[in-house]
Amino acid sequence: MSLSGIYILDLKGKPLISRSYRGDTETNIIDKFISLALESEEEGIGQPIVTHLKHTFAYIKYNNLYLVGVTRRNANVAIIFTFLHKLRECFVEYFHELEEESIKDNFVLIYELLDELMDFGYPQTTETKILKEFITQESHKLVIAPRPPPAVTNAVSWRKEGIKYRKNECFLDVVESLNLLVNASGTVLRSEILGSIKLKVHLTGMPELRLGLNDKVMFENTGRNTNKGVELEDVKFHQCVRLSRFDVDRTISFIPPDGEFELMSYRLTTPVKPIIWIETSVERPGRSKAELLLKAIGQFKKKSTANNVEILVPVPSDAISPKFSCPYGIATYRPDLSAIRWIIKSFPGGKEYPLYLRYNLPSIQAEDTEAKAPITVKFEIPYFTTSGIQVRYLKIMEKSGYQALPWVRYITQNGDYQIRSN
Amino acid sequence: MADAKYFTTTKKGEIAELRIELRSDRRERRKEAVKKVIASMTVGKDVGSLFPDVVNCIQTDNLELKKLVYLYVLNYAKSQPDLTLMSVNTFVRDSADLNPLIRALAIRTMGCIRVDRIIEHICEPLRKCLKDEDPYVRKTAAICVAKLNDMNPSLVEDQGFLDLLKDLLADPNPMVVANSVAALSEISDCSPTAAEATKLDYATISKLLAALNECTEWGQVFILDAVAQFEPQDGQEAQSICERVVPRLAHGNAAVVLSAVKCLMKYFELIPDDSEYKDAVLNKLAPPLVTLLSAEPELQYVALRNINLIVQRKPEIMKQEIKVFFVKYNDPIYVKLEKLDIMIRLTSVENIVQVLSELKEYASEVDVDFVRKSVRAIGRCAIKVDSSAERCVRTLLDLIQTKVSYVVQEAVIVIRDIFRKYPNQYEEVIDPLCKNLDNLDEPEARASMIWIIGEYGERIDNSAEILSTFVDGFQEESTQVQLQLLTSVVKLFLKHPTDTQDLVQKVLNLATQESDNPDLRDRGYIYWRLLSTDPVAAKNVVLAEKPLISEETDLLEPAMLRELLAQIATLSSVYHKPPNSFIDGRVPLRQLKNPVLEEITAVPPELQNEDSLVPETESQTSEDVQNPSETITPQVPEDNLLGDLLSLDLSSPLVLGGMNTFDIGGSSQRTMIQSGGDLLGDLGGIMFDPVLPNLTQTTQNIQNVPMGTTDVGFDIFNQYSTPVLNPFQLILPKQVVLPAAKGKGLEVSVTFARRNKDIYMDLTLFNKALLPLKEFAIKFNKNSFALAPAGQLNIVTALQPNKSIDVSLAVNNTNPVEKMEPLNKLDVAIKTEIATHIFTCFVPYHVLFSEDGKLDPKTYLEAWKQIPDANESVCTIDTSLDSQGIIARLEANNIFNTTVKSIEGQELLYMTNKFMNNLWVLSEIKISNQFPVTSVLISMKSRTMEVVPGVFDSVRAMLAT
Repeated sequence: MSLSGIYILDLKGKPLISRSYRGDTETNIIDKFISLALESEEEGIGQPIVTHLKHTFAYIKYNNLYLVGVTRRNANVAIIFTFLHKLRECFVEYFHELEEESIKDNFVLIYELLDELMDFGYPQTTETKILKEFITQESHKLVIAPRPPPAVTNAVSWRKEGIKYRKNECFLDVVESLNLLVNASGTVLRSEILGSIKLKVHLTGMPELRLGLNDKVMFENTGRNTNKGVELEDVKFHQCVRLSRFDVDRTISFIPPDGEFELMSYRLTTPVKPIIWIETSVERPGRSKAELLLKAIGQFKKKSTANNVEILVPVPSDAISPKFSCPYGIATYRPDLSAIRWIIKSFPGGKEYPLYLRYNLPSIQAEDTEAKAPITVKFEIPYFTTSGIQVRYLKIMEKSGYQALPWVRYITQNGDYQIRSN
Repeated sequence: MADAKYFTTTKKGEIAELRIELRSDRRERRKEAVKKVIASMTVGKDVGSLFPDVVNCIQTDNLELKKLVYLYVLNYAKSQPDLTLMSVNTFVRDSADLNPLIRALAIRTMGCIRVDRIIEHICEPLRKCLKDEDPYVRKTAAICVAKLNDMNPSLVEDQGFLDLLKDLLADPNPMVVANSVAALSEISDCSPTAAEATKLDYATISKLLAALNECTEWGQVFILDAVAQFEPQDGQEAQSICERVVPRLAHGNAAVVLSAVKCLMKYFELIPDDSEYKDAVLNKLAPPLVTLLSAEPELQYVALRNINLIVQRKPEIMKQEIKVFFVKYNDPIYVKLEKLDIMIRLTSVENIVQVLSELKEYASEVDVDFVRKSVRAIGRCAIKVDSSAERCVRTLLDLIQTKVSYVVQEAVIVIRDIFRKYPNQYEEVIDPLCKNLDNLDEPEARASMIWIIGEYGERIDNSAEILSTFVDGFQEESTQVQLQLLTSVVKLFLKHPTDTQDLVQKVLNLATQESDNPDLRDRGYIYWRLLSTDPVAAKNVVLAEKPLISEETDLLEPAMLRELLAQIATLSSVYHKPPNSFIDGRVPLRQLKNPVLEEITAVPPELQNEDSLVPETESQTSEDVQNPSETITPQVPEDNLLGDLLSLDLSSPLVLGGMNTFDIGGSSQRTMIQSGGDLLGDLGGIMFDPVLPNLTQTTQNIQNVPMGTTDVGFDIFNQYSTPVLNPFQLILPKQVVLPAAKGKGLEVSVTFARRNKDIYMDLTLFNKALLPLKEFAIKFNKNSFALAPAGQLNIVTALQPNKSIDVSLAVNNTNPVEKMEPLNKLDVAIKTEIATHIFTCFVPYHVLFSEDGKLDPKTYLEAWKQIPDANESVCTIDTSLDSQGIIARLEANNIFNTTVKSIEGQELLYMTNKFMNNLWVLSEIKISNQFPVTSVLISMKSRTMEVVPGVFDSVRAMLAT
């Protein structure tokens, strides 16, 4: 592991702010970066890792900025990328926006943060909630200088002591995103559910929480009926969850950070049929004409309703005056997206809505072929999970013994939802 | 709040103004000034001249100001070492401040000031901070030890910081522990002695694993990376580590997951095969790896590069998951390319239909690189899965119809490979290919097309016409195309001599007279000479049957793969290169040692007494080399000097390599072509008369001379079968095995040699007795390799007193086998009229290597994989020879070269030898890129490990210089 330095550059490669951690690189080494990155982008590869002599630059792009890590060693590159993303998150949490202006406006603070987040190229404390305890935006005029909060180095490094709430509450959101790849004939090539359980915690003190799910493996272990259980293929937890305990008896127990955070994510690859399926039939009456009939079909429970459904139907960028009509929803032609955007505010399960689309093409065909973009669909279905996962209980225990109420919501939305067109 | 204002200074004499502000009495004003200085520094202005004034502000109780001044000092310390020294007292004082934040800040900053004279001042504060009551200070001090080590490693050792650091491993605070682990790992990477000093034992590893749960995500990575360096004693330890690492796979941080995968990929190998837990571990790897593909694209990329390594070692892990590698429309291109690579690795009969339909889809995308790779992938599928070949060829045909230039070109290239794999099939594609000649503008595609025309010339009506159009533009073509054109025209000529005579004359002229490229010229001369002297030989050479191309062209070498798997999650695993190839040489290559393996492969104590023989052998061999006349009996008459030269240099595998030169088909053959090509180049220079005969006669020869008979003097093919003693052949000097005192006056000295594919025992019998000795008889006892005398000692007359006689005794393997210890021990009885004497001698291993010990690369790879990793033994041998020298010496002793690869400046030689009793030993010789070569690393694998130490000794003797 270990980074030689962190640089934040603008799109032209001018360093806005930087911090060298190991003193083993020339200060101007970063000048080499931008041409390398652009070269890689121009070649169409755009790998996030470029090299110059013995230096490796690993970078991410965000809002017209490059966040670049430089190393001369065989560094743990997984750490570098996770750290750079963490850095981005941390800055966003501190200044709400991370862009050229906000960097200039907060350069003193950024130097302080860079000093605290990493030492000699090794990531240190990166929990923004804790950092905010002792690295604050306003300068300290107080005589009492801040001290490192115990949480910085504690086993519970994500929650400070002495938090108080008048009303103790805990909100739990189960959000499932559906990744789907379907070919033009309707065969599901790939389907995947990415679930996420998010918590908003307003709890006093150091509460112990235990979450119960209808986890099939646990049902099996405890000899219960497994029919109602859901088999989670891979589960990832926030660092507050005791992983070894989960490994032993699948209990999810933890002391939560304060406020909002993602407790866990899970993945299932059970075959799922397209919740919203788009059937397309194309007719080409002439070389330069195309007529399409699209049918959006809601293949989910009748009592559920999908909200804010947005269907992007790609049309060739050189299409001339696309004409379209739809009895339900609103469709608009978006030349900037080379697509028809069809929005249906409310889409009950089992319904079927059509869209007619017609356009002309120039009689001379362009030299280079265009990418065949897929149809993409966005949607949200509340009170519904594709996987059937359920929260069985959320137990909250604190030594003061207060009663706290857990609130649970479910929602299914689109993830990477693509239907290939022909 | 907006600090942006500090950047806006327009006035000219700003440095002077800042100086005044820095000297202001008012604290607020000073702070504002320091901020302006830092702002200037940030935008790259040189504010170093303000050093004394800024440092003056260091004594402040304002933390923010202090941090800024520290930052300033950090930046300019190197350019102002003297002034920096001035500030050192403040640092030392601050390191004892009441506020832990300031103590930590001071020690952290001091460690980063890389000025020699500061270093001595850091020791005392650092020692105190390592024992500070506040964990925040301790965790900062732990990292500071690594900083100090980076500047002055001996100081760290002398001052006992390593021990202090080790003590911190038992600290109650998890973050202190994690940082100490990180610091120790870094220090251990610096030098072998440091690695030894910082080595962790199993008890410590256990404690660290127990602390995992309480560490921050980063701390977990530090610990897991350190655990991955540990060498467990046995499978038990390995399993117990795995059990505690597995829960980490559920961590949300991708770095934690990958480091856990690294540990598991290492330790599962050490769990016995029959253990159920082994499979359980492997089964747990797939889900988290798949989940990483939903992470940010940069992390996906890292994960994919690592999965690429993992599936090369254990394809079954991801076998069921091929669909997750299907490419999404909006994946970044670098992710798409990696996914494609893995898809092809996982392709099998079961999923080929799906894969192919995906690839076809990709081939119609817009990104050129991706499309090319997809088309190439279709070809790979055809070669990999026989049953799908036809479907693949059809898909390629469809793609050719698109007429998209780069698609067609890529298709031509893969179709060439398909023809190599399935000769004389799918010829129906030739016609459509010929229709697309105009589309081919890239050298590789043109060369491929020309190869196809040359290969299938007789089936293409106008092949001569097509080639002649290419020949017309000969000089504009790239070398690759020119070489191929030359070969193809010669091929066509050999098939249709009558109507291509002019063409071949033209192309030979162009190659030999009009070109200044030595490769082209030499190849041209060789063809010319070959065609004019021996057309039949020419036919045999040029139209020879080609070796099969292998399915997996880009698999990593097993040793390299193992090295890279130990580097999962690091840059090395992304580059697929060993670390020392891209970072400074300061970090030594960590030799992969495995105590469990060592235990198995260790020389048994009984065999060790043999070691004492080794140095002796070595020194004597070197003498031999210096005085070659003593050992070499030249059997080739002097007038055949040319033949002699040839047989010395062209040992059989190189001739094979040379033959490949005539036909560049599959991409897998490239390394061989290189070596063969050079050699033939030299050859051309030596033996060919520059005045070339006209080819007309040759044409007649081709038509008249029946195949197989030839009276042309120079026979390139039989040349190497004449036995010639090679100066590199290892022959040990005779050793006295029976001293006269024991043998009642008969002294016997013995050595062994291999001649004409047989083993000979060469004896010298010296009669030191007073009577003549006669009626000699010899017998071998049962022995490990079944050696028995093939005849009797050829001594006709009596051996007179004080005379000696040299006899050679052929040895065969007809004796009963009995395992001896050491293996090569041989008990021999010699009978004379007077008495029977028994003596023991040791058969050198190398005479037991038979002549048919050569493997082709594919068989080699399979054989290597089949032998369990436990049967591998590694040894370093001192030599100053380069790869050619090593090959020459080993091949002279029947250790044959399979192939040579050069990777990242390292050369890897793959060698095989076979014992008379069909026991194979496979070895890999690694020659590092450092000059001069002083030693090479040899890994050997064999089903029977007992022979390996002996083979090592033989190799050592052969390579001694």
